[in-house]
Amino acid sequence: MSTYSKEHKDFLKKLKRKKYLVTLTQFSIILLLFLIWELLSRFNIINTFLFSSPSSIIKTILNLMITNNFLNHIFITLKEILISCILSFGIGFLIASLFWSNDFLAKVFDPYLTILNSLPKVALGPLIIIWVGASINSIIVMSLTISLFITIINLYTFFSNTNSNYIILLKSMHATKFQIYKKIILKANLKNIINTIKVNVSMNLIGVIMGELLVSKMGLGYLIMYGSQVFNINLVITSVFVLAIISSILYYIINYFEKKI
Amino acid sequence: MQENILKIQNLTKIYHDKSSETLAISNLNIDVRDKEILAIVGPSGCGKSTLLGILTGIIPKSSGKIIFNGRKKIGYMLQTDCLMPWRTILENALIGLEINKKKTKENIKKVNDLLDKYGLHDFKNKYPNSLSGGMRQRVALIRTLATNPDILLLDEPYSALDYQTRLALSDDLYKIIKDEGKTAIMITHDIAEAVSMASRVIVLTKRPCQIKNVYEIKFENSALPTENRKAKEFNHYYDMIWRDLDVHL
Repeated sequence: MSTYSKEHKDFLKKLKRKKYLVTLTQFSIILLLFLIWELLSRFNIINTFLFSSPSSIIKTILNLMITNNFLNHIFITLKEILISCILSFGIGFLIASLFWSNDFLAKVFDPYLTILNSLPKVALGPLIIIWVGASINSIIVMSLTISLFITIINLYTFFSNTNSNYIILLKSMHATKFQIYKKIILKANLKNIINTIKVNVSMNLIGVIMGELLVSKMGLGYLIMYGSQVFNINLVITSVFVLAIISSILYYIINYFEKKI
Repeated sequence: MQENILKIQNLTKIYHDKSSETLAISNLNIDVRDKEILAIVGPSGCGKSTLLGILTGIIPKSSGKIIFNGRKKIGYMLQTDCLMPWRTILENALIGLEINKKKTKENIKKVNDLLDKYGLHDFKNKYPNSLSGGMRQRVALIRTLATNPDILLLDEPYSALDYQTRLALSDDLYKIIKDEGKTAIMITHDIAEAVSMASRVIVLTKRPCQIKNVYEIKFENSALPTENRKAKEFNHYYDMIWRDLDVHL
C-alpha cells in the first residue's frame, strides 16, 4: 500500500471524501426533515393529532416498549418476513431451476405465471383467510402469493439468459446438464441471484404487512390497523417508521453479503 | 502419405424453422490428416462454424458420416476466450478435467506444467480480468489442451483480438500445436492467417457450403507463421485464395 505515488494517495483521499460527503448529505437531509417536522408541530402549524411529530414517535416507541411489548410485535413481523422469504425464495429457486432444465415445462407454465403474477393479490385475501384460517399461516400464504411468482420469473429469466458461450464450451466437453447448471448457471448468476433476493425481501415485506392488515393479533401491520381503527395516528406513524427502519436494515444486511462475495 | 485421423463423408446439414429451411452444408467430404493444420476459409455465413459445431457434437447433423480413426478426443476453442471470471486461471484451465471427472494429481500437474511452460506461472491464482487479451487466449488454448485432445477445432481463434496480438499469437499457437503434436482444424476468414499457419487450406463456397478448392501450402523454407508471411510463395497462395473467394461488395 505504501508504494503508491503521492498523486494516487491524493486520488484515494478524494474518493474517500466524496463518499463521506454523500453519506453526510444523506443523513443531513433526514435530520433536516425531522427537524422541520418537529418545529412545525411545536409551533402548531400542523395538527399533531393528524401528523404526529418526531418527539411523539419516540415517546410512543418508549411507551409501547413498556406497556405493550413492542419488541414482540416487531419480532413477530420479522419472523413472518423471514419464514416467507425462505419459503418463497426456496420454492422459487427450485421451480426456476426446473424450468431451466425443462424447456417444455417453462413454455407450458409461462402464461399461468404471468397471470398469477399480475393478479392483484389483495383480492385473494378473503379466500386465503377462509381456506388457511385466521392465523400466521394466512399471513405467510398471502406473502407467498405476492413474492413467489416474481421470484420464479426473475430467476428463470436470468438462468435462461446466461452467456451461451460458456454453455457451448461445456457442451463441447460433453458436460451433463447438471454440470452446466452447477458450474455455469449458478456461478454466472450469483449477482443476479442476490438481486433477486433483494426484490424477494421487499416483496415479502409488502406481503407480510398486507397479511397482517387483513388478519392478525400481533405484528406491526396489526398495530397500524389497530391504530387507524382507534384513530391513534401516533401509533400508525410510529409503526410505519419502525417498518422503514427494518426494511433498510434488511437492505444493508443483503448489501453486506453482496460485497463479501 | 499421412494417415487420416478424421473423415467427413457426404455431410449435409439443413436448418429448419417455421417458415423455411436452409441448406447450410451440402454433401461435404473432407479427409483430415494426422498432425496437420488444416485451415478452412470461406465467405462469412457459409456454414463454417456449423461444420465445427457438428464435429464437436453440439449441432446434430442432418445426414452423412463423421468417422474418427480410433477413439479420438476433440478440443474446441471458441472465438472468444470464454474464461469464467469467477474462476482463477488454474481453475479455468482445469474445467475440462473437472467435467470429465479426470482431475487426478497427475493431470493437474500436467496443466500446471503447461501453464509454466507458456509463461503463465505467475498468473495461476489470478482471475481472468487481470490478464491481457492475448494471455487470456493462451489460457483458453491450455484449457483446450488440458483434456489431451487429439484434434483441436479452432473457430476463428483470436478474431476478437487486435492485429499485433494476433500476429504474435499465431506463432504461439503454431508452436504449441506442433510441440504438443496435435491435429488442428482452424476456421478463419483471414486468408493471410490461413496461408501462413496451415499445411492445407480448404476454400469453401457460399451457402450451401461445398468445397471450391484445396491448396497444399508449401514453403521452401517452412518457418513460423510470421516468417512465412514474408516468403515469396505467400502472395501467390494469397492471390489464388482471394480469387476463389470472389468477394463482391
